[in-house]
Amino acid sequence: MELTVNGARHQVEIEPDTPLLWVLRDTLGMTGTKYGCGLAQCGACTVLIDGQTIRSCVTPVESVVGSNIVTIEAIADDAEGRKVVEAWVDHQVPQCGYCQSGQVMAATALLKQSPSPSEAEIAGAMINLCRCGTYNAIASAVRQAAKA
Amino acid sequence: MNDMTSIDSPSVAKSGLLNLSRRGFIGASLGTLVLGVSVSGGRKAFAQATAPALAAGTNVNAYIEIRPDSSVLFRSAFIEGGQGIFTAMAQIVGEELDVDPARFVVECAPPGPDYLLIGNVRFTGGSMSVRMSYDRMRKLGASGRMMVMQAAAARLNVPLAELTTEPGRVIHAASSRSLTYGELAAEAASLPLPADAPLRAKADFRWIGKPVARLDMHDKSTGKTQYAIDLKVDGMLHAAVQHARHLGAEPLSIANEAQVRTMPGVHSVHTLPGAVAVVADSWWRARRAAESLQVEWSVPAAGTKNMMPADFSSEEHMAKLKAMSGDGIAAETVGDVAKAMAGAKTVVQATYDAPHLAHAQLEPPSALARFNSDGTLDLWLPNQAPEMFQAAAAKIAGIDAAKVNIHSPVLGGFFGRHFLYDSANPFPQAILLSKAVGRPVKLIWSREEEFLRDALRPMSAVHFRGGLDESGMPVALSAVSMGEGPAGRWFGRKPDTVDSTTVEGIAEKHYAIANRRVGQIHVDDPAIIGFWRSVGHSMNDFFYETFFDEMADAGKQDPYELRHRLLADNARLRTLLEAVADLSGGWKRGPFVAEDGTRRARGVAMASPFGSEVATIAEVSMNGSDLVVHDIWVAIDPGSVINPAIVEAQVNSAVAIGLSTALMEEVVYEHGVPRARNYDGYPILPPDRMPKVHVRIIESGAPLGGIGEPGVPGVPPAVVNALAVLTGKRVRSLPLSRTDLSGTI
Repeated sequence: MELTVNGARHQVEIEPDTPLLWVLRDTLGMTGTKYGCGLAQCGACTVLIDGQTIRSCVTPVESVVGSNIVTIEAIADDAEGRKVVEAWVDHQVPQCGYCQSGQVMAATALLKQSPSPSEAEIAGAMINLCRCGTYNAIASAVRQAAKA
Repeated sequence: MNDMTSIDSPSVAKSGLLNLSRRGFIGASLGTLVLGVSVSGGRKAFAQATAPALAAGTNVNAYIEIRPDSSVLFRSAFIEGGQGIFTAMAQIVGEELDVDPARFVVECAPPGPDYLLIGNVRFTGGSMSVRMSYDRMRKLGASGRMMVMQAAAARLNVPLAELTTEPGRVIHAASSRSLTYGELAAEAASLPLPADAPLRAKADFRWIGKPVARLDMHDKSTGKTQYAIDLKVDGMLHAAVQHARHLGAEPLSIANEAQVRTMPGVHSVHTLPGAVAVVADSWWRARRAAESLQVEWSVPAAGTKNMMPADFSSEEHMAKLKAMSGDGIAAETVGDVAKAMAGAKTVVQATYDAPHLAHAQLEPPSALARFNSDGTLDLWLPNQAPEMFQAAAAKIAGIDAAKVNIHSPVLGGFFGRHFLYDSANPFPQAILLSKAVGRPVKLIWSREEEFLRDALRPMSAVHFRGGLDESGMPVALSAVSMGEGPAGRWFGRKPDTVDSTTVEGIAEKHYAIANRRVGQIHVDDPAIIGFWRSVGHSMNDFFYETFFDEMADAGKQDPYELRHRLLADNARLRTLLEAVADLSGGWKRGPFVAEDGTRRARGVAMASPFGSEVATIAEVSMNGSDLVVHDIWVAIDPGSVINPAIVEAQVNSAVAIGLSTALMEEVVYEHGVPRARNYDGYPILPPDRMPKVHVRIIESGAPLGGIGEPGVPGVPPAVVNALAVLTGKRVRSLPLSRTDLSGTI
């Protein structure tokens, strides 16, 4: 299988139903994308497929062959991603930080689709879990990133 | 790889740095914990060290490494898990060392006597990190600065008194010369520890007390931070386990082992105590294979250590707790409750309860073990107590503790999850597997295995009786708590004494109720129990502060005014209560109609956890049968503050987890197994239920209190008290999801 991750092509030999998450983490060594639940419950594994968020823990790798996969490792190469990261730092969003790769990817996808999101759109897009409860800081940071 | 270099300081800490009898400072639960810890793993590691040299927390070179560019590598005694401790350490040490905290790189120190800052041991917990180390870390920074200045005096051949510093630089104004800390680092490190380095005057603080930016924000916002689960070493294999459903059962046979061995990437199949495991070339392959194993499990014999009875049911155990009667062992006795109760005009009675809880931190537990050719073992693992894990790992590996190198990556949440608990830590399995395959092994517990083997917040119930006089004022309070606490479980419980973690939040409350007695009836908790953010306070303050409102209602008193009256002699708490009322725009209980037309009410609660004081107000409404929490106002008095921005972040975090427990969290066992094995069955607070959080920090100047946990306990009672006002329904059992609230409004 050939995968395009962050613009680079990778040949991987793996069972086709392996979740994308584990191909990223174990096969390609990109550990910025996190394993939280393995059941599409928490969103820590969120990556972008052709600009849309998906939960890589339940996405079979064969289903994203030919797609443009973007992970947190390439966030600085993305115009919206840079704004999001800057807002995340300005608002001092992370605590333990474990869910934040997924949160940043979700925010980046939101701004790609809706550059000036409404409160309802923010609430609709930012649904990943955070056990540290950084939700209010996340919402504030998304608002700032949208204005940047 | 964050391979830590060994530190050139095999010294033994002198004990007695800490007066453990200062209960007000340490908090009641910690007295127990600290004393308990020192007789378990900690003391062994301690005894193995040699060559007494410097007292813990004083050896500059063990903590501070000034690098050529004048940045500082700081080895923190405490682990970072989101609470901001690495930044706080940089602020405190940087202030005195005279290095901008932004120039610090902080990592968790390896095991060693220099880092035993809590009595004779070390752990990150009890919201103690800053308050237990503040004075010593300031002195440490000041000693480091003095050593750099002494090195500069020698280099420049000038008297020490002519030198000053500015951040990262020593200045000799008379000759207009200066040297960077980096240029002086090697000479400074070779100097003896100065006897008494002067401390900076508080009025001149630049970083302590200021909202200094956290050091880890960029890395954590860009996926660069490495947690234990992310680590990799050369030649490493991956492992996954399938645990026995019932703790205590052992694998007898595997029906399909041969087939599983042929699955892609599988290296080997193993049986372990209470589990089976697969080692493979990737974790997903290991997991898929481990879950495919068809295992016949033993039925544990009665009396097997830690066994979970096959018929254990949470509901039945709670019924058993609530059915207990009697006064229990006294944890607090003031006045004469029996007499006052007999003479009371009105007696209010109620029984409260709260369930087992899971930590549900987002990072699943893992451990990476590597045996080295020199006979040492490297172990990378999430942990809150490196020396205790070192001692335990040594036992399992069959080597001396000195040969176990513990590496402590930052934690993807902890909340008490990563203490040493029998059967709840993956590292013993990783050690055994690595030994068996002769290669490094990284073991990750799947989320499902984590929910099966987490150490739970205990289950508890409390019987309350309150006696009121003719004017409706409480004159007697009796509380009897049923259950078991984690301090007693892990550090030894004497049959005739009360584990303070079972009654903290009920005993030693500050309200002037003349006659009171708090008792405890020990009932073994069949689950593996552990420390959970704010420990006993996480439920006991709900019990007490909600029953308090029941007494207020029975006596026709406003609950805010009653608290205010009963705190007439406590200026600190009155100020705090008034502060939270002011922050919320003035106390109003309601129900009232908000601007958006919803009918709302407010509840108030107070708590005294971990040396800090907290007052909380919640505003709620109902949306159909769902409770909506709109705003939480928190006034917190930790005595004084190192970083107000971190305090505010921690209070937000505490509100989220406290509300989560009030609304939806419970671990339910049926037939000896937990019903939920993932977040679908154990929901935690999602973003759309997060209220607005408003924080006011009060610096009363009292001794430093904790920050990580104290915001938690006030939230459930404030919310449930507000709910009672709004609906007239008193909920005495958490979480609220157990109670049908439809038709209450």
